[in-house]
Amino acid sequence: MTQNTRIPFHRDPAVRAIAAQVVALLLVIYGLYSVFENTVNNLVARGMQTGTGFFDEVAPFKIGFSPFLDFSLGETTYLEVFFIGIQNTILIAVLGIIAATLLGFFVGVVRLSPNWLASRAALGYIEMFRNTPLLLQIMFWNFAVFLPSLPAPKNSIEMGFVYLNARGIHVPTPVVEDSTGLWIWMALLMALCIGLYRFARLAKARFEETGERLPVFWINILGFLAGGYVLYFVAGSPLGWDTPELGRFNFKGGGQLPLPMFSLWFALTVYTSAFIAENVRAGIQSVSHGQTEAAHALGLSRKDTVNLVVIPQALRVIIPPTISQYLNLTKNSSLAVAVGFEEIVALWAGITLNQTGQALIIIAMTIAVYECLSLFTSAVLNWYNRRVQLTER
Amino acid sequence: MTTDAPTASAELGETVINIDRLNKWYGQFHVLKDIDLNVKRGERIVICGPSGSGKSTLIRCINRLESHQEGTITVDGIELTEDTKHINDIRREVGMVFQHFNLFPHLTVLENCTLAPIWVRKTAKKEAEEIAMRYLERVKIPEQANKYPGQLSGGQQQRVAIARSLCMNPRVMLFDEPTSALDPEMIAEVLDVMVGLAEDGMTMLCVTHEMGFARKVANRVIFMDGGQIVEQNEPEAFFNNPQNERTQLFLSQILQH
Ligand SMILES: Nc1ncnc2c1ncn2[C@@H]1O[C@H](COP(=O)(O)OP(=O)(O)OP(=O)(O)O)[C@@H](O)[C@H]1O
Ligand SMILES: [Mg+2]
Repeated sequence: MTQNTRIPFHRDPAVRAIAAQVVALLLVIYGLYSVFENTVNNLVARGMQTGTGFFDEVAPFKIGFSPFLDFSLGETTYLEVFFIGIQNTILIAVLGIIAATLLGFFVGVVRLSPNWLASRAALGYIEMFRNTPLLLQIMFWNFAVFLPSLPAPKNSIEMGFVYLNARGIHVPTPVVEDSTGLWIWMALLMALCIGLYRFARLAKARFEETGERLPVFWINILGFLAGGYVLYFVAGSPLGWDTPELGRFNFKGGGQLPLPMFSLWFALTVYTSAFIAENVRAGIQSVSHGQTEAAHALGLSRKDTVNLVVIPQALRVIIPPTISQYLNLTKNSSLAVAVGFEEIVALWAGITLNQTGQALIIIAMTIAVYECLSLFTSAVLNWYNRRVQLTER
Repeated sequence: MTTDAPTASAELGETVINIDRLNKWYGQFHVLKDIDLNVKRGERIVICGPSGSGKSTLIRCINRLESHQEGTITVDGIELTEDTKHINDIRREVGMVFQHFNLFPHLTVLENCTLAPIWVRKTAKKEAEEIAMRYLERVKIPEQANKYPGQLSGGQQQRVAIARSLCMNPRVMLFDEPTSALDPEMIAEVLDVMVGLAEDGMTMLCVTHEMGFARKVANRVIFMDGGQIVEQNEPEAFFNNPQNERTQLFLSQILQH
């Protein structure tokens, strides 16, 4: 009966879906356009310039921390300031992500420990750091903990050639004394890495052939450290060290990690690790008890059960929410403004904006930086996630 | 209460499992009461009884998925204690098949079968794969070797689970209601595999309500109720002439259907 009747187009789900999307897209484009036009008109009406002319002007302020691009007052341009800001943001994000992941996994596993005290302690840690604002925590660590408890530069805590004081950590920095030697060392290190890689492959083949296991991971780490050390002398010790020395008021020479950076890194790590720990707990608990029982019944040891059965399945649950924690950490690093660490928001959307008044372009560029960082992070992790998920079927 | 076990027939070998005055509690709840059980090599035992009578708990004590509080369990001459080395030694020799299969969903059928031989027995990977293929043929699904468990039917999954246990070359196999999560048309294919195992002389302890299977392969049927072994006998005598009235009631209930 209904075989020949065609669905009227306004009831066809495919047509309706496309129509709805076209309408939504048009609305968004119109909205963005009117905001843009409005802003430009307003700026022009107030006599404010928009443009990139200020990029090549010299920035009239000092930047304390720029480990990758040399900063010299009176020479560095605004555009270079922008890149210093990006580098510092990336640096703090990478350091924070690494530390938060390690700490988060540790706390998440302890949270599930059969030891009542350990599990409660982990719970307390998670609840405490998840439930207070990050800004408050950053200020707490910086102003209430590290700043008052660390001595003035002349009473620095000395650890070898490393000095710790209320301004930060002073470390020796390597200086190239013999650049051919450095290249030789780099080449030797490359060869060492290839060798260790070959060794890992051989060990795997041997394991598949004879079932004998070697602690490949530890052998590789030790081999790299010890081998790298020996090869350094083989290459004729190509590096010298610029060691920090106490001057009249502060240290000269060497490199300095400013205290605000350390406080920010510490706070971001602790805060984000609490969320990651919860993801880890949920992931591990999502693996049914039957899985561990089956593995135990086959005679697999506790460690092998965790590594071969529980973790591969838990990762599929852990990774997606952890990606968004990484993105949060990156964005939260902008709270550095509170303690004065010089990342992109402080340097670019803060000082530079105040100096030049170029709000539109500066804010747009800052947004673009975060957008790129976030898209890059999620692209990498989604790729990894797909690999983990695909093994299901 | 316990009637004497039937005298072991001559072909049965030495004792594989010996359970002596086993008692177990869950908190206040006394799940297993004074269980005595002796299993000889090649013996095939079916355990039945009402829900909650402690059947699963009993066989899970044998490979220490559950710990007991009193009495002794000896498997293959090794006594089960807290000692993790003994526990792992025993688990290697005792295979277990679960009601819900418990295959590893992130590994292929073949990888499910080779995981323990490679990591526990330290068998070479190639050899482990050859052995696994042999057992997959035996349970009649070699063509599924590279699929993931989620792509198989329940009956196929349970047969993979049996093959996975057999790959460790166990001396005893424990089955905990292996067919009760299956649709009726798949029960037969799993029972066929189990009958085949029995014919090859595998020592088996099997919790099941498949009375046809019990009649066909069991040397002994054990009836449990309230954490006790109430009655045990050869299948003929057990089904035709149950002694205890609880057994009679139970049998009349399940045979009605
Ligand atoms: N982990 C546990 N904690 C407390 N009580 C338990 C636990 N596991 C089982 N029990 C109880 O122990 C008793 C025996 O359980 P068991 O699973 O051995 O029964 P069963 O004979 O296998 O029953 P079914 O036929 O339903 O599988 C039940 O009353 C059950 O509620
Ligand atoms: Mg049960």
